[in-house]
Amino acid sequence: MISKRFAVGFGTALALIAASCGSSSTSTSGGTALKSIGKGEGSLQLIAWAGYAENGSTDPAYNWVGKFETDSGCKVDVKVGNTSDEMFQLMQTGGYDGVSASGDASVRLIDSALVAPVNTALFTNYADISPFLKDTDYNSSGGKNYGIPHGWGANYLMYNPNVVKPAPDSWSVVFDKNSPYKGKITAYDAPIYIADAALYLATAQPALGIKDPYSLTQKQFDAAVALLKDQHSVIGEYWANYALSETAFEQGSIALGTTWQIIANLSNATLKKAGSTELKTVSPKEGSTGWSDTWMVSSKAKHPNCMYMWMNYITTPAVQAQVAEYFGEAPANPKACALIPDDPTFCDVFKAKDSAFASAIKFWATPRKQCLNGSGDNCVPFADWIKAWTEIKG
Amino acid sequence: MHAVDTSDADPMTVAGPNGSATVKRRVSRFFSARPNVRLASLLSGPALWLVALYLGSLIALFLTSLYRLNEDGTAITEKIGAGNYRELLDKPVYRDIAVRTIGVAALVTVIDICLALPIAFFIAKIARPRVRTLMITAVLVPLWGSYLVKAFAWRALLGSPGGVIDRTIGNSPGYGLPALVIVLSYLWLPYMIVPIYAGLDRLPDSLLEASNDLGAGFWYTFRSVVVPMLLPAIIAGSVFTFALSMGDYIAVALVGGPTQMIGSVVYANFASDLPFAAAFATVPILVMIVYLLGIRRTGALDNL
Repeated sequence: MISKRFAVGFGTALALIAASCGSSSTSTSGGTALKSIGKGEGSLQLIAWAGYAENGSTDPAYNWVGKFETDSGCKVDVKVGNTSDEMFQLMQTGGYDGVSASGDASVRLIDSALVAPVNTALFTNYADISPFLKDTDYNSSGGKNYGIPHGWGANYLMYNPNVVKPAPDSWSVVFDKNSPYKGKITAYDAPIYIADAALYLATAQPALGIKDPYSLTQKQFDAAVALLKDQHSVIGEYWANYALSETAFEQGSIALGTTWQIIANLSNATLKKAGSTELKTVSPKEGSTGWSDTWMVSSKAKHPNCMYMWMNYITTPAVQAQVAEYFGEAPANPKACALIPDDPTFCDVFKAKDSAFASAIKFWATPRKQCLNGSGDNCVPFADWIKAWTEIKG
Repeated sequence: MHAVDTSDADPMTVAGPNGSATVKRRVSRFFSARPNVRLASLLSGPALWLVALYLGSLIALFLTSLYRLNEDGTAITEKIGAGNYRELLDKPVYRDIAVRTIGVAALVTVIDICLALPIAFFIAKIARPRVRTLMITAVLVPLWGSYLVKAFAWRALLGSPGGVIDRTIGNSPGYGLPALVIVLSYLWLPYMIVPIYAGLDRLPDSLLEASNDLGAGFWYTFRSVVVPMLLPAIIAGSVFTFALSMGDYIAVALVGGPTQMIGSVVYANFASDLPFAAAFATVPILVMIVYLLGIRRTGALDNL
């Protein structure tokens, strides 16, 4: 009896698996751009970074989704993605209309035709977007645009001035395996952090010939991995969750490492209240990696009109001002800068209009075999970056 | 029961006035005549859940582990192969992580046994009934609190410098492997105390007295009477502490510092390389199967 029951169950299970396999194969058609924005479909399913699509449920003072729903008639459901990898995985399910993708997700999304090209002429705010964010290799491909830029930021070197002396001006302090700050150093916990090591090596070991930290030959890649393996011995903690990084810096268990401006701001607000020494951020002389986010339309979007309306809405100066201030990043639309009354220096802090600053930032992008910078087809692909990251942490 | 309940049958279900069988009765009669069908319909729900969903998901996990992520990390190639397993065996880093994980799980289990034995002994054999109730409550109450809250609390306690322990004692292990072992031992301790307490509760006091009367000291009694009788309970508890420690990834992220365990690698790869995460996830399953097969002989599984 047991064996019979088991056989039935086994058969059912296999049938379920077969069904799920059948439905998971992806089409290779990337969809087409809209010619015009039609009537809204009444609903919108978004994947977003935390803080990008606030409807007042986190903090009643921050609600820009509500106005969009009233204006457009599209009811918005937001699924927060914690990492670029998670966002990519969610997009594969096909149940979403759009995503706020960083460069290390967007290239993969374009490559696997999960997002559709967009008709930027339909966005009234597209002309106002900072020019250095347009037509980049992480939001366009083959002469087509795949979204509208949302906002961007650089990864800074943050340090506790009570502990780290003299003030650092180079990433070398976080990569030194004999560092006096052993155990107090942090690093971003994601395969994409390998690019930070590569960027440092581009200056520190010019013989390697690293031009783009996302286009690495095997030899260059191995050098970056070796550097990170050395770094592992001085790391106190890797961070992937910005709130954990913030508390580690605040209590002092971490004194030095890569960060986002938002983490520095939150930490310093707390430290200021407690009367403690505030942390400092510096843009090291080797330059920085960073992130530039793009709203993209799913190629399987069921509500493309609502998605286009959202993309236009989220890039209007007033909304950009709210998002940028809440999240702590440079708005893609610099007209927002004048609309942040609480902090008139906001855009200066985030260098929102500084195209030289932005062009020096190496924005996250997903590495592939076909080198992103066009230097050949011998680059280390992202699958190897994922594996290497586990090995680095040992 | 309903089959004999004919005197005041529900008028709604009565088919006719001339006493013909009600629907309810017909159903009852059908099932009472066929015990096998009765059993099957009773069990089919749970059986479907257990076999199709539980075993089905394990099979899905195994099948997924045979797939492969493509080079650019953009899609999963649905072609059966052992590539992920080969990689697990070839690269020493995964063996190190597996050994570390099993080691931590074993250490946590040993620590919990050492802590739980005296506590459970006190509760079961020494404490007065009122104190006993209080202590059992004290052991069980932490289980009602969220695992996340407790792990975060330990993060605040252990930070070095700046954590609560560091500020009061002036020294703290900080985040890392020792902190991880401490926190996991704390988290799973009740799962060890409860079965040992149950085992001790079943141990007659007369055996301890007899041993004492025959001249055995406390340690001798403990070693040659208590422990052998408790062994199944201890092993039952160890199944919990060992399995829970081996699968953990949240405590690792909060207090483990840069340490990687199997759970954290699976979690990190879940979104980026699902087939590989699935392959690595089969390792703790295999370890637990071996562990359970090994202890089946001891009779400890009867105590679960």
